[in-house]
Amino acid sequence: MRGRRERVQGRLPLVLLLPALLGLAFLLVPLAGLLAQAPWATLPSRLFSADVGQALRLSLLCASAATVICLLLGVPLAWLLARAELPGRGLIRALVTVPLVLPPVVGGVALLLVLGRRGLIGERLDLWFGFSLPFTTAAVIVAEAFVAMPFLVISVEGALRAADPRYEEAAATLGAGRWLTFRRVTLPSIAPGIVAGAVLCWARALGEFGATITFAGNLPGRTTTMPLAVYLALETDPDVAVVLSVVLLAVSVVVLACLRERWISGLR
Amino acid sequence: MTLYADLHVTRDAFRLDLELTVEPGEVVALLGPNGAGKSTAIRAIAGLLPITEGRIRLGDDLWDAPPRVFRSADRRPIGVVFQDYLLFDHLSALENVAFGLRARGTHKRTARAEAARWLETVGLSEYARTRPRSLSGGQAQRVALVRALATSPDLLLLDEPLAALDASTTLHVRAELGQHLKRYNGRTLLVTHDPLDAMVLADRLVIVEDGQIVQEGAPTEIARRPRTEYVAQLVGLNLYRGTADSNIVALDGGGTVTIASPSQGAVCVAFPPSAVSLYPERPTGTPRNTWPMQVAGVEQHAHTVRVRLTPHNAPAPATLLADITTAAVADLHLAPGQLLHATLKATEIQTYPA
Repeated sequence: MRGRRERVQGRLPLVLLLPALLGLAFLLVPLAGLLAQAPWATLPSRLFSADVGQALRLSLLCASAATVICLLLGVPLAWLLARAELPGRGLIRALVTVPLVLPPVVGGVALLLVLGRRGLIGERLDLWFGFSLPFTTAAVIVAEAFVAMPFLVISVEGALRAADPRYEEAAATLGAGRWLTFRRVTLPSIAPGIVAGAVLCWARALGEFGATITFAGNLPGRTTTMPLAVYLALETDPDVAVVLSVVLLAVSVVVLACLRERWISGLR
Repeated sequence: MTLYADLHVTRDAFRLDLELTVEPGEVVALLGPNGAGKSTAIRAIAGLLPITEGRIRLGDDLWDAPPRVFRSADRRPIGVVFQDYLLFDHLSALENVAFGLRARGTHKRTARAEAARWLETVGLSEYARTRPRSLSGGQAQRVALVRALATSPDLLLLDEPLAALDASTTLHVRAELGQHLKRYNGRTLLVTHDPLDAMVLADRLVIVEDGQIVQEGAPTEIARRPRTEYVAQLVGLNLYRGTADSNIVALDGGGTVTIASPSQGAVCVAFPPSAVSLYPERPTGTPRNTWPMQVAGVEQHAHTVRVRLTPHNAPAPATLLADITTAAVADLHLAPGQLLHATLKATEIQTYPA
């Protein structure tokens, strides 16, 4: 049986095989090049140099904070989309996913227009609290959360849809109100979906560039995250850019490893 | 306090209308084929589905009376055992049992101690820390039962509590469930499609077909005097409707039956398949109920063979079931399409007003 299948698979037409291999190479060669070009000898020292360390710390902090915001807002939003009887739910779901396909720089411009000093809400913030969001570390977090939240919402909503609502009914018959049921029954049952969504969300936030540079600018120590630092370093010190890139690549591989159960096997 | 439920639920083309009461200490079984509306009834009483019309109350306590009153499931004093138990997989058996107590405000330590006592009553103390997916079907069923009982509900609802078990464990678990139900002094409503579950566990049966009650009464009464084709099939009797005139009943489907005790008017005639005998030739002698029949099917039951017969060129009861021994099958050389004579002893017939 197996031998037969192997024969069938072995007869791939050349017309498909060549572009397939070319595609694979196209995806892998740049990454291999990056690893080959990395200054491995000086990598540790560069990694812990002030600039890189600062960007790395800022990136981790902002991506984590953005993920927390996404969790606090995104899980309830996913619940609303999955469980509530909303009019126009399809439209709302489509709107939620807009940041997913929107060029990040457009997202940055949009945030600037709303939360900027002259923006719809930003003006009030400035007027009432004397607080201006753009070009601060908080702005980085806002920009990252804006871009990354759809990843979390989609993942959690999918998990909620797959979860059997009859367990919630069982909890209700045991005297649990809606909030208790959500905490003690629904959340644990969708925990894998939440974790996967959060990891994905975090990875997306960590790599965020367009919205961040537009909305938060590029101020070393305050808004210069890793991707911005990579871009900046390419002009001045390419080796640093390579080191930072290797770090980001490593993070991506780790994220992929974390999600392999859900994504790679899910795509099979 | 009696549970009183007058349920009217309309959903798409389906309509459920049924009225039932459950007294304290009583076990009422709602018995019916799949799709009869049993689950809808149990969901409505549990508060998982609002009724369209009618009312549900326990004593004077209104649970559901559209359009004004609807008390959600978590505020009704109920316990439910679901068909596939719905035990929470992320919690241990003990935490599952403690869940209801915790939800109703019992302190954590007290709830766990209480839950441990409940697990002990069903002999599952050593499985307290086990996750539900590692339990056997019978064990999971017992955990589900004590989870429902742990909050000392006024009403216990059991939705096909034995349907998920395999045949070898059902017998044992059913007997055990019966013990627990006897000890429970609240009201129990059991939904099942298995007549044996209903007969063994319930004090009173309510039989539902197509959203309507077709018969209600003590198990023995229903077993002896079925009123519909479905109930007759459940309890394994031949059932015909007809009009009696003294000792002769003219059946609605054709043919007549001679009965032992005289009767008048519309009646039901019921008799077990074992009261029917089959002969290759028309027998001579006493039996007056003799019909020429044709074999439509032969089925092996535990120790007997059930023969399905249809009338052959003469008025006779439509679709007659006969139970005969395997030896008789060999003697008769039974085969579908074969012509036989069926006789019925008048003394084995139950006749009661339709």
